[in-house]
Amino acid sequence: MSHSPLAVKGLSAAYQKKAVLDNVSFEVEEGKLMGIIGPNGAGKSTLIKTILGLIPRLSGEVTVFGKPYSVQRKLIGYVPQRESVDWDFPTNALDVVLMGRYGRLGWFRRPGAEDKRIAMECLAKVGMADYASRQISQLSGGQQQRVFLARALAQDARLYLMDEPFAGVDAATEKAIITLLQELKKQGKTVIVVHHDLATVKEYFDSVLLLNVTLQAYGPTDAAFTAANLHRTYGGRLGFLERLGHDVPLPAESR
Amino acid sequence: MSDFWILLTGSMVAACCAILGVFLVLRRMSLVGDAISHSVLPGIAIAFLMSGTRDSAFMLIGAAVLGLVTVFLIQLFHQSGVQSDASIGIVFTALFAVGVILISLNARQVDLDLDCVLYGEIAYTHWNTITVLGIDYVPKAVWMLGFTLVLIVLVIGLFYKQFKLCAFDPALAAAVGIPVALFHYLLMGMVSMATVSSFESVGAILVVGLLIIPPSTAYLLTEKLGTMIWLSIVIGVASTFIGYYAAVMLDASIAGCMVSAALALFILAFLFSPSQGIVSRYVSRRRAALRHTAS
Repeated sequence: MSHSPLAVKGLSAAYQKKAVLDNVSFEVEEGKLMGIIGPNGAGKSTLIKTILGLIPRLSGEVTVFGKPYSVQRKLIGYVPQRESVDWDFPTNALDVVLMGRYGRLGWFRRPGAEDKRIAMECLAKVGMADYASRQISQLSGGQQQRVFLARALAQDARLYLMDEPFAGVDAATEKAIITLLQELKKQGKTVIVVHHDLATVKEYFDSVLLLNVTLQAYGPTDAAFTAANLHRTYGGRLGFLERLGHDVPLPAESR
Repeated sequence: MSDFWILLTGSMVAACCAILGVFLVLRRMSLVGDAISHSVLPGIAIAFLMSGTRDSAFMLIGAAVLGLVTVFLIQLFHQSGVQSDASIGIVFTALFAVGVILISLNARQVDLDLDCVLYGEIAYTHWNTITVLGIDYVPKAVWMLGFTLVLIVLVIGLFYKQFKLCAFDPALAAAVGIPVALFHYLLMGMVSMATVSSFESVGAILVVGLLIIPPSTAYLLTEKLGTMIWLSIVIGVASTFIGYYAAVMLDASIAGCMVSAALALFILAFLFSPSQGIVSRYVSRRRAALRHTAS
């Protein structure tokens, strides 16, 4: 029996007694690009962090390819939000990508020539090979995001969790990132992306999960990404949905 | 001979502080270093009372434990909603106060001078020798600092990649299975030990300067973590030498001169660093402005 890349059952989490995730259950199919959307404070990042064990869960179960996360770490690549780190840290782009290899090195081994080769390859895949020795504070926001993506590629995972990789990047980077995600999908990898731009959901994702503390809708994008579901998820905060008043939630020109 | 021992002691203090300080500064935890340097006092007092001796091993253990308690309490208060700077302030002053009370209550048993703890006296360290491995002329402080320095170099050397990732991106570190909390407490335990080993020579207040100033200077001069650590050590040791000879010339406090020398080097880097210095930034701005007007 083959196990799904990620199965979440009855997951709940809280910050100081305030529930931010309540009883969320879903299962992801292998080789799919999945988007997680929802309003600010809906718990999108929390969902990813709880899956990764960065935030303790109150209840529920998370399995990765049929086993608990803690024994499957090497199968998972993680892209945190770009703002979560200090880009003034004294290091260069290649070195950041090399950090993606640390999980495979165990306690004592240091990254070697082979790891460096892989890291360079990953930088090339995101179009950043020329910036390998560039100090990270000198990179633009989009370039920093690409470095983060290259680092996740260096983790050589089967399941990728990405927290807002499209946030605050230029159009060229957005295009480079989505091309890369589709490439990963072709290789049979599963990619889960926290996303904020409703206009591109239909174009980018095979399936979509609508979240607002509780799970609002989940399924193939065509079925789940409907005006009614969006309205429920975003409440009154999506005024323009009402003006649209038809099945296609967002016309192309609203981008 | 006393010159040699004073310079060696000072350099070892500077090296211990420089290595650990780099990680404190990068993790924006400089003030936690400050807190630890004060709140280990009750640990030392309790170690004295329990062991009845000024045995270095007991002091190091007592200090390390109290250092960890300090960090744990700061985090506990912060997580329960107290501002992080306020919780640092509460914890270290309270623990320091406990230390002061313990020492004053047991002044007769505890042969420990508060002035000495606060300000240190590096000039006296070479009088206080102990016999280890049949060698009787090496000052106690040198043994203690040597042990601490070797431990720091070993731990940071072995787990360099873990400390680096925990400093840069703790979320990824945790996600790939690095025990972030363990390395956090390991670092803090070593900071406590470095502080205690440095007490007798430079005191609890000035040790903070050596913990923060040389790494901050190095930070201005390099864009590589490895280089930052080496530079930080070199700057710390240079501060020791400059400070010592300045103190001899001025007939002033050696520890005070050491930290002042560190500050002088920091100001130099602040003004003249090729990438971040005030002067080079001003020059490149002027050049850009000139190009702008010329075109």
